Amino acid sequence: MKPEDFDFVAKTVKERSGLVLTKDKAYLLESRLMPLARKRGLNGLEDVVEKLRKKDESLIREVVEAMTTNESFFFRDQKPFEQFENVVLPHLLKARANKKHIRIWCAAASSGQEPYSLGIILKENQSKVQGWKIDIIGTDLSEEIIQKAKAGTYSQFEVQRGLPSKYLVKYFKKKDEMWQIDPSIRGMVEFRVHNLLENVSQLGTFDVVFCRNVLIYFDQDTKAQVLERIAKQMPSDGFLYLGGAETVLGVSDKFKPIPGHRGIYGLAQAPTSAKEI
Amino acid sequence: MKSCLIVDDSKVIRMVAKKILQDLEFETEEAEDGKAALEACQRRMPEAILLDWNMPVMDGIEFLHKMRDLPGGDQAVVIFCTTENDIEHIQEALEAGADEYIMKPFDSEIVQAKFSQVGLI
Repeated sequence: MKPEDFDFVAKTVKERSGLVLTKDKAYLLESRLMPLARKRGLNGLEDVVEKLRKKDESLIREVVEAMTTNESFFFRDQKPFEQFENVVLPHLLKARANKKHIRIWCAAASSGQEPYSLGIILKENQSKVQGWKIDIIGTDLSEEIIQKAKAGTYSQFEVQRGLPSKYLVKYFKKKDEMWQIDPSIRGMVEFRVHNLLENVSQLGTFDVVFCRNVLIYFDQDTKAQVLERIAKQMPSDGFLYLGGAETVLGVSDKFKPIPGHRGIYGLAQAPTSAKEI
Repeated sequence: MKSCLIVDDSKVIRMVAKKILQDLEFETEEAEDGKAALEACQRRMPEAILLDWNMPVMDGIEFLHKMRDLPGGDQAVVIFCTTENDIEHIQEALEAGADEYIMKPFDSEIVQAKFSQVGLI
């Protein structure tokens, strides 16, 4: 790919998704766009770029989706989910005892494993959340991946990464060679297409936000803007989860790490009780 | 270094599993059926056992029951690794005392994920 074409595609992807494509990712760009060119019957990457320059909106969307990373698995990294079950959920059940309503947002839900893992935890704690309304909203930039998430159908490989076998037996059914999540868990999650670069206020406020392993793909300014948007959608005692390789330190002063709970952040202006769960 | 006993009647599977587990820094031992595995456990109980289901002489489920009765047998972490990939078999293995279950075919990522899940790594 010509350097000026790479720069143009990288600029388009950044504008639409926030994803930063550095020059060393040229191979990635080519390997992901070639199948797209073939699918569209285009004559190679130059044709793709030409159409992008002519603002072919559906192609732009497909290119952006093709460049996103959709790696996801159930109970990824284990610890954040243990923290949710043993620390955050008990805290919220006390703090929200009056309104009995908790809202959770998985901001980069990908194919749904993260929100469904939370659904399984809530189902396992059914007696504690009896009579509560708990909303789990999963969003992702990619329409295609959101459709997969909604279907709740996973390959044998996918259900073996992180999902304890006891939950596979309890909450999945085998359908041909695939595994389908139980409707009782599927019904707990609402999926929507959403771009983290855009206004999020229409989604409402959230007591817990999972935004794990997405900021790493953004530059500093975009990270700060995304964190600012998330902060606006959280009550003062809300919780933000970031990925193991991500932090707010040096990026945003809206959040502060919660001592003793790596990977969880509270609003900098939070009441003491929420900072010291 | 933790130890893992690989129990499978297929030499190829044992070889693949051995490579994956050694990369994960396990000391490995091999057995080609449940009876040989039981003898290995009597000599020295491993921390982990990667266990096939269908094997000649003694199958995985029979081995599991007998192994759990050995001194220290309740401590070993048992991960089934088998071609039986339906809910009923997984359920049966868990009820028999298996800690986790891997459906073949497997790769290093799946083995690593399962071993990490049960706290072995």
